[in-house]
Amino acid sequence: MASMADPLLRIRNISKDFGEFRAVNDVSIDIRTGAITGLIGPNGAGKTTLFNVLTGMLKPTSGTVHLDGQDVTGFAPDALFGLGLGRTFQIPRPFARMSVLENVMLAPMAQLGERLWGPFLEAAKMRDQEATIRKRAMEVLEFVTLAPLADQAAGQISGGQMKLLELARILMGDPKLILLDEPAAGVNPTLTKTLIEKIEELNRDGKTFVIIEHDMDFVMQHCDPVIALAEGRKVFEGTAEDAQSNTVLLDAYLGAQVE
Amino acid sequence: MIGVISYLVFFATVASILSIAVLGLNLQWGNTGLFNGGVVAFFGAGAYGTLILGGTPQAGQMGGFELPYLIALLGGMVISGIVAWVVGLLTLRLRHDYLAIATFGVAVAFETVMRNSDWLGGAQGIRGFERPLRDALGNGFSYNLAFLAFVLVVLIGIYLFLERLIASPFGRLLRAIREDETAARSLGKSPSRIRLTAFVAGSVIMGLAGGLYATFYAFISPQDVLPILTFQIWAMLIVGGAGNNKGAVMGTFLIWAAWTASGWALSRFAPMDVQLYTGSIQFVLIGLVIVGMLMWRPQGLFPEKLVVSQSAKDK
Repeated sequence: MASMADPLLRIRNISKDFGEFRAVNDVSIDIRTGAITGLIGPNGAGKTTLFNVLTGMLKPTSGTVHLDGQDVTGFAPDALFGLGLGRTFQIPRPFARMSVLENVMLAPMAQLGERLWGPFLEAAKMRDQEATIRKRAMEVLEFVTLAPLADQAAGQISGGQMKLLELARILMGDPKLILLDEPAAGVNPTLTKTLIEKIEELNRDGKTFVIIEHDMDFVMQHCDPVIALAEGRKVFEGTAEDAQSNTVLLDAYLGAQVE
Repeated sequence: MIGVISYLVFFATVASILSIAVLGLNLQWGNTGLFNGGVVAFFGAGAYGTLILGGTPQAGQMGGFELPYLIALLGGMVISGIVAWVVGLLTLRLRHDYLAIATFGVAVAFETVMRNSDWLGGAQGIRGFERPLRDALGNGFSYNLAFLAFVLVVLIGIYLFLERLIASPFGRLLRAIREDETAARSLGKSPSRIRLTAFVAGSVIMGLAGGLYATFYAFISPQDVLPILTFQIWAMLIVGGAGNNKGAVMGTFLIWAAWTASGWALSRFAPMDVQLYTGSIQFVLIGLVIVGMLMWRPQGLFPEKLVVSQSAKDK
């Protein structure tokens, strides 16, 4: 096992340009193993762009990303999921016309039946594997409190339930690092509470989180450390307490509010 | 009476053959969301391939290898698969309507090439196919009945194959890619490979339908691979219900019946000067059916089932 001092995710000098516009500017962050890191900043600060670079949806213009000591800069999202990095989306992306259970059963990697001939040539083995996956999927749905909705269309459940569903999906891959993009946005308070409980429980079991969130109460209560971006740059890194008294940070937020 | 039965056998044979093509399209569009606007190219590749491999030699034309029937059919499927693989590599990065336009272009190019290549039959098409088992069954009604039985066996086989496929993790993966490719990628799946697999597999099935069609008539020509056939096949799937194999087959029989009946009714009851436009009127009708269905019942008569691949509790 890597020592606690080694960061699980090591981000060095990441920049991302869209034409003339530099969305992320020379950002370096160490994500500590076992932490719940809060990523805050006004709209347009580059948080989601940074997430998309970290998860392989965008290639960085420059800089490097190491996951657990391995250079994963520019890796594709599917490869990164395989290496233990799971992410959810700001606007949930359920497989709408599939059942909630099928959404979750999809996620495990390298299923025998995913090949064209699997269901015919390896039928017996595939059925065994399916039974295992189904059982595990129901456990995970139970955990995120969605088990009663297993047979519902994923497009028909509430926005908050979709966020729990996205969490359930990535848990099937048993990720080391989970990136959540605004998990509490647009979610009713009861479901937010459920979500927070689940995050903390998973964190106690050793999962590392990075969470983008605008809800300051959420960040101050549950995240440590807190990192702030503004106009693509990292402007703050420290504890939640320090963040509340930091003038640069207050400026960044005030600046956003004038906008 | 025998005339009616004889016609029904003919009708059922053509409708069953088309059902196979519609099932192929359902795998691509219904399950995977691939907008193939060039169905006839893959149907045609199978049809031409099968006749070239299984037909009798014709002066100045390629082929006439007289291979055994099943081998020729298989060969037609392989040729269709190769065409689909090449087309897929070139076009599958395109999405939705762009993919449709590109594949539509492929189909038009296919027809043009066939029409202008004398060594592939040119505008006259390819003839010269010895129907298998003709000595045993004769050339009449009993032969047609036997051929219908063979086509039905193939149709049922393809149907069961696809039902099993879509109920498996493979089917789950296809639907996930159809629903949201980005989310599928974030869950460790690589959509481009799967999209190509589904595209080729669906096209091979269309090629099989083409091979059956060409050998049923013992003839294939550029007239058989006009864009209208693509639209007919699409109408069959949309009316029946994209994503539902039963719907695909039902839709085929329904639309083929409506097509045949409208042609018959127009030629029988319409005034003489309207009759000249029978074909064009039918084109308009098929377009109306597609648009009307998409407006009022986009899920089709037999909508896709929601719970497909979450495996029965304890088998």
